[in-house]
Amino acid sequence: MQTGWSNETVREIFPAMWDGFLVVLQVTLVAGIIAVVLGLFVAIGERGGPVWLRRPLSLAFQFIRNTPLLVQVLIVWTATSLYINPDWSAFAVGSAVLGVHYASYTSESFRAGIDAIPQGQWEAATALNLPTRRVWGAVVLPQMFRRSAAAVGNWIIAMFKEVPTLFVIGVMEMVAQARAFQGQHYTGAVEGYTIAGLLFLAASYPVAVAMRRLEIRFAKSNY
Amino acid sequence: MDLHAVIESLPRYGEPLLVTIGVTVASAALALVLAFALGLMTGSRHLAVRTPARVFVEFFRGTSVVVQLFWFAFAMPVVLGIQFDYLIVAGVIALGLNYGAYSSEVVRGAIAAVPQGQLEASTALNLTPFQRMRLVVLPQAWPEMIPSLCAFAIMLLKASALVSVIGILDITWLAGLIGKQPGQDRLLHYGVVLVIYFVLAWLIWTGMRALERRAKRGLGVDAKPVKGRLDPAVAAGGVG
Repeated sequence: MQTGWSNETVREIFPAMWDGFLVVLQVTLVAGIIAVVLGLFVAIGERGGPVWLRRPLSLAFQFIRNTPLLVQVLIVWTATSLYINPDWSAFAVGSAVLGVHYASYTSESFRAGIDAIPQGQWEAATALNLPTRRVWGAVVLPQMFRRSAAAVGNWIIAMFKEVPTLFVIGVMEMVAQARAFQGQHYTGAVEGYTIAGLLFLAASYPVAVAMRRLEIRFAKSNY
Repeated sequence: MDLHAVIESLPRYGEPLLVTIGVTVASAALALVLAFALGLMTGSRHLAVRTPARVFVEFFRGTSVVVQLFWFAFAMPVVLGIQFDYLIVAGVIALGLNYGAYSSEVVRGAIAAVPQGQLEASTALNLTPFQRMRLVVLPQAWPEMIPSLCAFAIMLLKASALVSVIGILDITWLAGLIGKQPGQDRLLHYGVVLVIYFVLAWLIWTGMRALERRAKRGLGVDAKPVKGRLDPAVAAGGVG
């Protein structure tokens, strides 16, 4: 049984925690791309898609948004490893679930960005007889991105900090690394989880501050 | 056949369901108290009050709730020598501190958004700072906080599933346990659990809407009808 903080253990566990941190970054990159791209398509689908699609799409993502990521990860991992293809890696499945989960949040931010565009912009686009592609590509989306950028950035930071949830399916991120180390050395709980927390803080705080600046800048630019 | 086994085992969810609800309610209560304390402190004019609260908030927002859960459950007993008789206390503390830190920003923002004229009027009426907060600022700020606090309450409910990984027997844990037993379908059990969480989230949402309507009626303002959406303020700002 461990009795206290040990610098010796810190030196031993740090390489493993760093590996875990790199895995967290990789998951964030993959899941972040899914969250942004899918969230964008869902927002466009809810506002500009075929009418029969809007309601089911909105309901499906409402369900995803209001149920725990942990259970979603477990259910999808059970489905893929038991029934679909046991060869799919925990990294791929975990990143996909995390990305889709956060797409349910980013889509709301993109949608809020679309809704905040003044009605006159839509009317002007109609008056100019712009084709649908141009209305979205040249009028709506550029304005939406400015409004949504900071919010979506914040969701990605939140997602980054939820990556450790994936340890339950065996993605070797920081919590999984700390647990593996404890299994081998019967020590390292204090050092491992403390290092994990500090690495999260060191990585997320500067980005969070940058997002707040961005938010203030866009708010000031009179949009 | 599988479905039959699932239905037969539904009564076993009773007790773990109480654990899930208990963890959520207890940590939400802790988070609410903390949110108001920290929100008032971070909004203070005095640097000596603002700084410690700011550091606390940034620290808990920045370090990942999953890591905090493990830290409070397995590292704190070693470092600080504090050992809880029940692991559930560690879970409630971790969730409460984390979501308290997030929600304090909502409280601070809503208080800052009360029009300046209201503060000047309270000064003109010779109200003490305490009276001003209690009689003028909070009654106007409170209805504005409710939708965002509701969004956080639902996130807290979802995060409560994480306590199953430190060995607390909630519904997520039970689904994993029963799902491994012969004749049971794990997928169906996780599906049942998802539906339970969705219903609980819907209950929180409905309750908060009613609370918001009541609070706004007190101010003579109509609550905007929102249906099943993420709170617009949260959607516009995101949660970093």
